[in-house]
Amino acid sequence: MLRYDSVDELIKAAEERDKNISDIVLEDQAQELGKSTDDIYHQMENNAKVMEESILDALHPHTKSASGLSGGDAYKLYMALEQGKSLGGSLMDKVLIKALAIAESNASMGRIVAAPTAGSCGILPSVLLAVQEDKKIPRPRMIMSLFTAAGMGMVIAKRASISGAEGGCQAECGSAAAMAAAALVEMLGGSPRMAGHACAMALKSVLGLVCDPVAGLVEIPCIKRNATGAINAVVAAQLALAGIESLIPADEVIDAMKEVGDLLVPSLRETGEGGLAATPTARKLAKKIFEDNKENG
Amino acid sequence: MNVFDIIGPIMVGPSSSHTAGAARIGKIVRNLLGQEPVEAIIELHGSFAQTYKGHGTDRAIIGGLLGFDPHDLRIRDSLNIAAKQGFHFTIKQVNLKDAHPNTARISVRDGSGKRVVVTAASVGGGNVVVRDINGLEVDFTGRSHTIIIPHKDAPGVVASVTGLLSSYNINIGKMKVYRKRRGGEAIMVIEVDQEIDQAVADKLIKLPCVNEVTVLNPL
Repeated sequence: MLRYDSVDELIKAAEERDKNISDIVLEDQAQELGKSTDDIYHQMENNAKVMEESILDALHPHTKSASGLSGGDAYKLYMALEQGKSLGGSLMDKVLIKALAIAESNASMGRIVAAPTAGSCGILPSVLLAVQEDKKIPRPRMIMSLFTAAGMGMVIAKRASISGAEGGCQAECGSAAAMAAAALVEMLGGSPRMAGHACAMALKSVLGLVCDPVAGLVEIPCIKRNATGAINAVVAAQLALAGIESLIPADEVIDAMKEVGDLLVPSLRETGEGGLAATPTARKLAKKIFEDNKENG
Repeated sequence: MNVFDIIGPIMVGPSSSHTAGAARIGKIVRNLLGQEPVEAIIELHGSFAQTYKGHGTDRAIIGGLLGFDPHDLRIRDSLNIAAKQGFHFTIKQVNLKDAHPNTARISVRDGSGKRVVVTAASVGGGNVVVRDINGLEVDFTGRSHTIIIPHKDAPGVVASVTGLLSSYNINIGKMKVYRKRRGGEAIMVIEVDQEIDQAVADKLIKLPCVNEVTVLNPL
């Protein structure tokens, strides 16, 4: 049985058996949950299906969140890119549209898969689905890579946290990007060790990122941080696939993330009281939303 | 923790605590009521009170009361669905003493006049804790198969319930008994390892001093 207390454990277990991290996580979890590997795979496939559906859910001009603060940006981006206004090329276009669409679907009460949380739910699927589409990767390989992402996520949850209220945005969007980076490396044929480096590099890039949602809602800045988180994952995976290593091992980066999270004052941990949430504009928006709640309450 | 705690749950957004957890609370209350609700007073405390509209907490709780799961897209439209079927509800912002920031107190009535009042908190990641049922302090999460048995406090009631479960080879993982006073209203909360058949519930309800039996399957 795997303990999920270090990324190193996952890499070594995979290397010893000359397998991918996803293979050993799938086998282990089948045992853990008392089901067949087929059952577990199909359950993950169902998650992938919901991820695919959540993109279409928000990709139209009238998407609006319940608060009215957000919506319609995924469509705006889609139209701009259709008109040839792309900076990053076809792959980046796909990643960005999907990340915004899934995060907007979440904000507008669409059905999503928490990965690892609802607030960061756009990062992992946008990266994997965009690359799968762009590089024409067989769907089963994309689904298997979700087990690698989950393995990394379990280690991060165990050693540190995946909750913004505990560790700030680094623990949510940072963890999601780290999971996505590792999964992407595996999906593109990189080694387990490369996947570990990708995980480390993505997380390193956002150490200290605070959780400061305007009016306490999962919208500003969460939706746009899903887009930057997705690109963070692509960058980390690209570097790792080129053989670039993180000199600080993934497990130590995760520990550093925990230490930084513990040092964050409560106003920067999802309370909606610090950072962007404390700006004059955010306070005005929050006041209006609170009063709207009262009126009809 | 397993892979589906990290990649999952499938849920209606935007917040696992304020939306998915709220829907679970509503569904637990619905199961405790056992029938379609016709009237509800929903009191929201703390962060629930401040942000409920933006998080769809109201729609999630009403959806749960209508029997929808946290992943059911009908939650989006639950206020209209409730109105259409003649289910009247009121949302109030309250200040409950010493309560978790995401707490709801829900008083709900069915067509026959039966009323259930439940206080529950959404404690993160879609997980919830039920704190109070009809004035009896309880403490359970609904993550396991759970049997809730309001009964009259009397010697031997607990033994007759556990004896019956044992005769069906049902293993109890956790059990707590709460009462208002000696010989008064009491409640048993029993978490078991497997699903409970209706046949077992039907036998339990016939035991002496047992007033009601609610079986909650993990949501």
